[in-house]
Amino acid sequence: MSDSTLSNASTRVSRRLRIDRLSQYWLQFAGYFAIGLFVLIVATLVHRSLPLLAEYSLVQLITSSNWDPAQNQFGFLPAIVGTIYVAVLSMLMGTPIAILTAIYIAEYAEGRLKVLVSSFIDVLAAIPSVIFGLVALFVVVPFVGNYLAPAVGSSATGLGIFTVSLVMAIVVTPFMISLSVESLEALPAELRESSLGVGATKWETIRSVLLRAAGPGIFSAVLLGFGRVFGATIVPAMLIGGQNQLPDSLFATGQTLPTLIVNDFGELMSLPITQSALIFVGLMLVVVVWLFNFGAMIAQRRLRRRWQY
Amino acid sequence: MDRYATQRLFETLARAATALVVGVMVLVVGVTIARGGWALLSEPSLVFTPPGSQYMLEGDGGFLHAVLGSLLIVGPATVVSMVLAVSTAVYLQSDYSSDRFSDIVNMFLNVLWATPPIVYGVFVLTVVIAIGARTSLFFGIVAIAIFQYPIMTRYTDEALRSAPETVKTSTYGLGATRFETARMTVRAALPGVIAGIIMGFARGIGDAATVLFTAGRSTNMPGGLFEPATTLPILIFDNSMSFNEEVQAHAYAASFVLIVAVLGLIIISKLLAGRFARYAPGVHR
Repeated sequence: MSDSTLSNASTRVSRRLRIDRLSQYWLQFAGYFAIGLFVLIVATLVHRSLPLLAEYSLVQLITSSNWDPAQNQFGFLPAIVGTIYVAVLSMLMGTPIAILTAIYIAEYAEGRLKVLVSSFIDVLAAIPSVIFGLVALFVVVPFVGNYLAPAVGSSATGLGIFTVSLVMAIVVTPFMISLSVESLEALPAELRESSLGVGATKWETIRSVLLRAAGPGIFSAVLLGFGRVFGATIVPAMLIGGQNQLPDSLFATGQTLPTLIVNDFGELMSLPITQSALIFVGLMLVVVVWLFNFGAMIAQRRLRRRWQY
Repeated sequence: MDRYATQRLFETLARAATALVVGVMVLVVGVTIARGGWALLSEPSLVFTPPGSQYMLEGDGGFLHAVLGSLLIVGPATVVSMVLAVSTAVYLQSDYSSDRFSDIVNMFLNVLWATPPIVYGVFVLTVVIAIGARTSLFFGIVAIAIFQYPIMTRYTDEALRSAPETVKTSTYGLGATRFETARMTVRAALPGVIAGIIMGFARGIGDAATVLFTAGRSTNMPGGLFEPATTLPILIFDNSMSFNEEVQAHAYAASFVLIVAVLGLIIISKLLAGRFARYAPGVHR
């Protein structure tokens, strides 16, 4: 080999190595970006919530039910109660349906029907929630207002906690179904075969073997769904009625934490303390969602040990 | 009830639940397409007409401003977010980092993924106020890009993980650098990566909470990068609360445009995934 080709080859190698090193800097930046973004968001929200927390104690803020920014009254209780109502109700409605549907897709459906139903549900997880809200205004609100609420002896316009819960259940169900199907399908076939082999019926296999083995995954799907409902903004803002009061029935209008932001951000942005109060709502949402994620992670680990196979 | 009766009962329940879910979803899509399609067909020029001066009161003109705003906000946001998301996903492949550190990055990504979109909106608006700017197209792009980033990273990461290990081992065996191997891995996983990016675009174009306070919520045509703009979901949100029937009809027409766009994007992503599958090892055609 002549000298010139040798040096040619070595410059090419050093060029490739240089590109490799440069790519390392960029990719490292991209990796740190995820952490940096999260830290930046939390730091900004905390920093901007401090003016509010300096004037009012945390206990006072979350136990007072008087929300009147114009009078410097910041009671988050109605919104917190409304959020919890909506989240719990929609999980009660959505979870059983989601688990049963996941069982059907993973264990009963076969062939083309399975592909069809499961890809249909994947598509639905991507439909914008504003469309669910719009359809609900047209279909669910009149239904609740004219038939359901009068049937249980309540006079309501149709806007309110129950309507929001029902629609949010519809919004998150496809999401919970996809995650649950994933964890059911990840189970090894031997589990099914050995359970059926010792004489269990298909349902007994599903109930006592598969649901347990996939339990950690399904559980975290439910928790993530809960977090979704918790932070949902557009559907509640369209359907809850926006009344800052403690809801006295399921059909009452109310407020959730995100709708508090939507309803008050525009006009009251000029007042620094109101701004701080609404940013504090954002902080609460992040903290709760973070706790849920963390809880889901720990629960998953513990359940996995408990229901190991 | 004997065990076989129980079994039949629960099988019926599972089928009924699935039928219910599918039925409700058909209802949602059906109502949107029927009602919106009717509103749009009776006045197809809505999509190409700029809004009039009394748009929110009387619904004069059309909603070209929202269609343009959606494209101008979500398009650039998707590009920015795509670059970052693919890079992060490659980094998570742990050729460049330790497993421990990628686990930590993954944990933060999961938290970001679950963060409610309204929080991104509040965050960006806080920054806007802090630097003394005003809400505009640009900050809409920033907010949507932040919103899309964890979604796209998750899809890309999943696609890269499912790429066969042999791609990696054989490129390293040929003496490739880490960067060259990463390029090959991305190429082998291209169907999944593209599908993930399109899903990110679809999620971005449908989200209202992030841009509600950051893009400016204007009722005029977008005038420039630092001028207020609006998007289709915001338009639907605002118009649906109007008492004017004409304005409400625009919400339904816009929802038709939005749902067709989202469904179309998903179909395109499936088709592209099939097309790019020829890069995947083990597929010969």
